[in-house]
Amino acid sequence: MSDIVLKTENLTKRYGGVHALEGANFELRKGEHVAIMGDNGAGKSTFVRQITAVEQRTSGKVWFDGKEVNFTGPIEARTAGIETVFQNLALADDLDVPSNLFLGREKVLFNLGPFSILDRKYMRKATEAALVRTAVKIPNLSNTIRHMSGGQRQCVAIARTATFASKLIIMDEPTAALGVQETAQVENIIRTLKDNGEPLILISHNMRQVFDLCDRIVVFRRGRIVANLRKENTDGQDIVSYITGAKTGEAELAA
Amino acid sequence: MAQTSHGVGGLTYDAKKRAWPAEFNVFLALVILVVIFEAIGRIFLGDSFLFNTRSDVSGIFNEARLQIIILQVSIVGIIAIGVTQVIICGGIDLSSGSIVGATAMIAMSFAQVATVNGNPNPKAMFLAQGWTDLPVIVPVLVAIGCGLLAGLVNGSLIAYTRIPPFIATLGMMVTARGIAKWWSKGQPISFPTDGFAAIGKGLMPVIIFLSLAILFQLIMTYTRYGKHCYAIGSNEDAARMSGIKIANHKILVYVIAGILASLAAVVLSSKNLTAQSGMGVMYELDAIAMAVIGGVSLSGGRGSIVGTVIGSLIFGVIISGFTFLRLDAYYQEMVKGVIIVGAVVLDQWRQRLRALRA
Repeated sequence: MSDIVLKTENLTKRYGGVHALEGANFELRKGEHVAIMGDNGAGKSTFVRQITAVEQRTSGKVWFDGKEVNFTGPIEARTAGIETVFQNLALADDLDVPSNLFLGREKVLFNLGPFSILDRKYMRKATEAALVRTAVKIPNLSNTIRHMSGGQRQCVAIARTATFASKLIIMDEPTAALGVQETAQVENIIRTLKDNGEPLILISHNMRQVFDLCDRIVVFRRGRIVANLRKENTDGQDIVSYITGAKTGEAELAA
Repeated sequence: MAQTSHGVGGLTYDAKKRAWPAEFNVFLALVILVVIFEAIGRIFLGDSFLFNTRSDVSGIFNEARLQIIILQVSIVGIIAIGVTQVIICGGIDLSSGSIVGATAMIAMSFAQVATVNGNPNPKAMFLAQGWTDLPVIVPVLVAIGCGLLAGLVNGSLIAYTRIPPFIATLGMMVTARGIAKWWSKGQPISFPTDGFAAIGKGLMPVIIFLSLAILFQLIMTYTRYGKHCYAIGSNEDAARMSGIKIANHKILVYVIAGILASLAAVVLSSKNLTAQSGMGVMYELDAIAMAVIGGVSLSGGRGSIVGTVIGSLIFGVIISGFTFLRLDAYYQEMVKGVIIVGAVVLDQWRQRLRALRA
């Protein structure tokens, strides 16, 4: 149990009569990068939303960092150490890079309530450190996000997760809207995270990317986990069969 | 978002492409405007707009004109400081002019003297209660209380009922004007104490305006409050997901705007030595115009107090310039309208240009 970062047991979410997620049992170990694949509406994002407490689960249990947790909201989950890179980025366009990294958790020099003086020097230094750690290249930190390319924005969003001592990073299709080179840039950052031993859940539709970056692939279909495979024991053909339902039944992890 | 993701990661960095601060362009506009008035004056009137041409007055510049330029925009400028914060935060405040009216009436009632020329003050609201000749702090605190209350209502309406700021503050605009008229049944309130009259004397409005501008520029740049204003104005969802308490922040922003409007009311009624229910009509639009001319984006997230101060100076230069050219006041209004629209068009154009170059 000690090296398990995240564990879910019978995680279930129903929207009225719709069973979006049924009895998901999931485990993530330290330093592990796991891909979640599946068709649209298979329950991938629903699964993530229950873990990050953006929504409240219907039933089931979640353990995080060795403790059973019941987060009441995404901020609580984030405070506990779950950092999510949202599909819609969640960056403020008119702020520069350090301000975005520290948005909502600014480092303060003097505490005067809302008028607390910001420690801008510290935030800038920490930003530079985070960018080095994630190997993100941003030409000018004081530029606003508005003037950055899609890839740079995504990099800033990812660097934000690495700025704080996060214990788990979740990325929801981080390269879906990016070009070839920008995708490569984001993938490099993910490799850096792997080298640093930071656990990651990656939702992706990109088969090559998943095989490149992840140790294990979990396939969702119609709200259920239908496959949980080490990448050495499977191939693209196999995964597609599970995604489309050509192969059925829960494929257990071959230990 | 999609239009900015264009293939290459864009890692090359050309220092020359670094954008000027938006305030620089506004300042440039101010300088150009002054130069135009100077040129027209020299050519057609044989007089200088900016420089001292009188032999009986010493000094290089026409100091009287410079003082008037800033003095005549100081009171609306105080309002504009608050309005700027509201707009940066993605809102709008139409109620500030009416808050000025209502606050001036109420605050002045607590600043009256008991006797005028040996007779009881004919305009005193609270003569019977003996609330006359009060220390100056009383009317000032009453004014701040009025502004705070109005801002609290504005902010709470916007934060909790989620009605658009335009509607909420429009309601306050009408209501506060009603309060201003109801307070003394339309009668002006006059004869303030010397202490109260001192607040708006001479160049005091300018000093108050600039001090508040510096204070809030620092707050907007160096504090969490300022950072969150920009964050909420540029992406409210992102701000919410980052854990910023949007409702509390919005209420605070409108409260600050309300208090600044009420301070403007104190300065205005003190300067005029009287309060009338019609005070501050259209001030809200002038304040918004100053902010917009100063480069504050109406879509939120962009702009600064410094920009608004320069915007207010542009206002002052136009008014003084027209007087200097001996043109009717009617033209001022017309040109003001054109400049407001022109400033927004220019800003849009500049933003598009920057997006293309990025």
